[in-house]
Amino acid sequence: MNSLTITRRILIQFKRDKRSLALMILAPIFVLTLMWLVLDSEKDTLNIAVIDVPDAFEERINEQEDINVITMGENQAKEEIAEAELDAFILWEDGKPSVTIEGSDPNSTSIVKEQLQNVQGNDSDDMKVNFWHGSEELGLFDYVGPVLIGFFVFFFVFIVGGVSFLRERTQGTLERILSTPLKRSELVGGYLIGFGVFTIVQSFLIAGYSIYVLDMYMDGRFLYVLLVTFLLAITALSLGTLLSAFAKNEFQMIQFIPLVIVPQVFFSGLFPIEGMAGWLQAIGQVMPLTYGAEALRGIMLRNEGFTDFQFDLYVLTAFTALFTLLNIYALKRHRPL
Amino acid sequence: MTSVIVLQDVSHRFDSKEVLSEITLHIPKGEIFGLLGPSGSGKTTLIKLVTGLLEPTSGDVYMNGEKMPSLAQMKRYGFMAQSDALYQELSGKENLDFFASIYRLKKQEKKRRIKELLEMVNLTEVADHPVDTYSGGMKRRLSLAAALLHEPEMIILDEPTVGIDPVLRQSIWKELNRLKDHGVTIIVTTHVMDEAEKCDRLAMLREGRIIAMNTPADLREEIGADTIEEVFLHYGGASQ
Repeated sequence: MNSLTITRRILIQFKRDKRSLALMILAPIFVLTLMWLVLDSEKDTLNIAVIDVPDAFEERINEQEDINVITMGENQAKEEIAEAELDAFILWEDGKPSVTIEGSDPNSTSIVKEQLQNVQGNDSDDMKVNFWHGSEELGLFDYVGPVLIGFFVFFFVFIVGGVSFLRERTQGTLERILSTPLKRSELVGGYLIGFGVFTIVQSFLIAGYSIYVLDMYMDGRFLYVLLVTFLLAITALSLGTLLSAFAKNEFQMIQFIPLVIVPQVFFSGLFPIEGMAGWLQAIGQVMPLTYGAEALRGIMLRNEGFTDFQFDLYVLTAFTALFTLLNIYALKRHRPL
Repeated sequence: MTSVIVLQDVSHRFDSKEVLSEITLHIPKGEIFGLLGPSGSGKTTLIKLVTGLLEPTSGDVYMNGEKMPSLAQMKRYGFMAQSDALYQELSGKENLDFFASIYRLKKQEKKRRIKELLEMVNLTEVADHPVDTYSGGMKRRLSLAAALLHEPEMIILDEPTVGIDPVLRQSIWKELNRLKDHGVTIIVTTHVMDEAEKCDRLAMLREGRIIAMNTPADLREEIGADTIEEVFLHYGGASQ
């Protein structure tokens, strides 16, 4: 199959171009390490459910700013906290409040604790605190880590994939291989497989380094992390090669970073988006990184199983399919057949 | 004689600019057909139409009787583009191996052809060096070898001898003539007048139109000129 011929060529090129190889693996590892060194431990409305607590206690919580108190049953509260819709719930046990904090967002965790201490005043020692996910040690780095893994893989695959496809055009080899019986789909397929093989290695190294060397909080299965990272990388590759059709040179390819990459960061979960206007949140829904980051966070912080994050995988696959088909179509400019 | 290439009233525009106007020509099998014209005269566009990389705005292009573009016809010609179109990180041998694989040559045949062609273009010694260490002339030679790998019955060359020294240019023409003797049809563009002289037939292209087409000798005789350059100036000047 012709795609495999292209795959083999891409892998040889990678072997020769050690710098690009290093960019895709060492650069993310380097930046993640920096983040880890710099970050150690901001604010929105907290959703706290109260279950059969005395009215006086409920009133005191209600007096606190930025807390949205909801009354519900214990089972419902457990269900909602599992899906991260609640930040905490409070039960009443032996005449004392028993708090369960969602725990995957260290910012919320510290605010919940702070607010409840205000409520309790001097009696705060009497309060029992449990964590649904994670533990008290979950730092900011652990919280943003999964998003960063996804982001760096996306970013570097986008750039290297886009530029190498662009160079195919600028050095004339695109025209040359299109003057052979090679199908346009075989060319795009060859790129997907060639980079695919490479991104498996890349995902493995970056995720492995973050989790086992930097000791990023990890509650879920490593295989799932690899699966999501790999799919995200393939999405980045298909987007990068598609957009390279609209760049005349490498510099114009770099110009896509502020247009395509940076906006994705804002919606990927690094910053809370719950407070944004609805139309603004909708923008996040059309960005691949949103889904990749959500899935990664679910797996690493909340130990989500396949059924919990499969929707994100389907969306990423759909993005890849869309970008790939558009790319095959865009190549018509270089050969009508 | 059967024509392997036929262009019928072919015109092509980019946006609103007409690059080629009403080109009609027939190229018989085994001919060395030259396209002569200054840069910007539409030579490369004409080549792209013949190779099927472009579809004409109007008119038809046929290769071996089949309307272009056609994937089936694409394996029947070898193409040497104006740019070298090589993978810089790969060695000369790996480049040839890649193109041979695209044409789906069998393993044994691939090995044999690569060896033969490396010898022909005199690159055997540097075959394992990466292409980015090659000189301009070496890259042109490798591009030529890549176009000949699958032993096509037709070769289309866009300015094959640009930046090549006279000795090498002569050896490339020797090879083209040898291929012609084996019945290979050759289409070559050039803006070098003395090279045009070596073609069996010549089409002079100016501002997207064929201003004259005949054998080099007849072209000269018709207007009593000594050189092809005089012929070109005669027809080219007349339209001004």
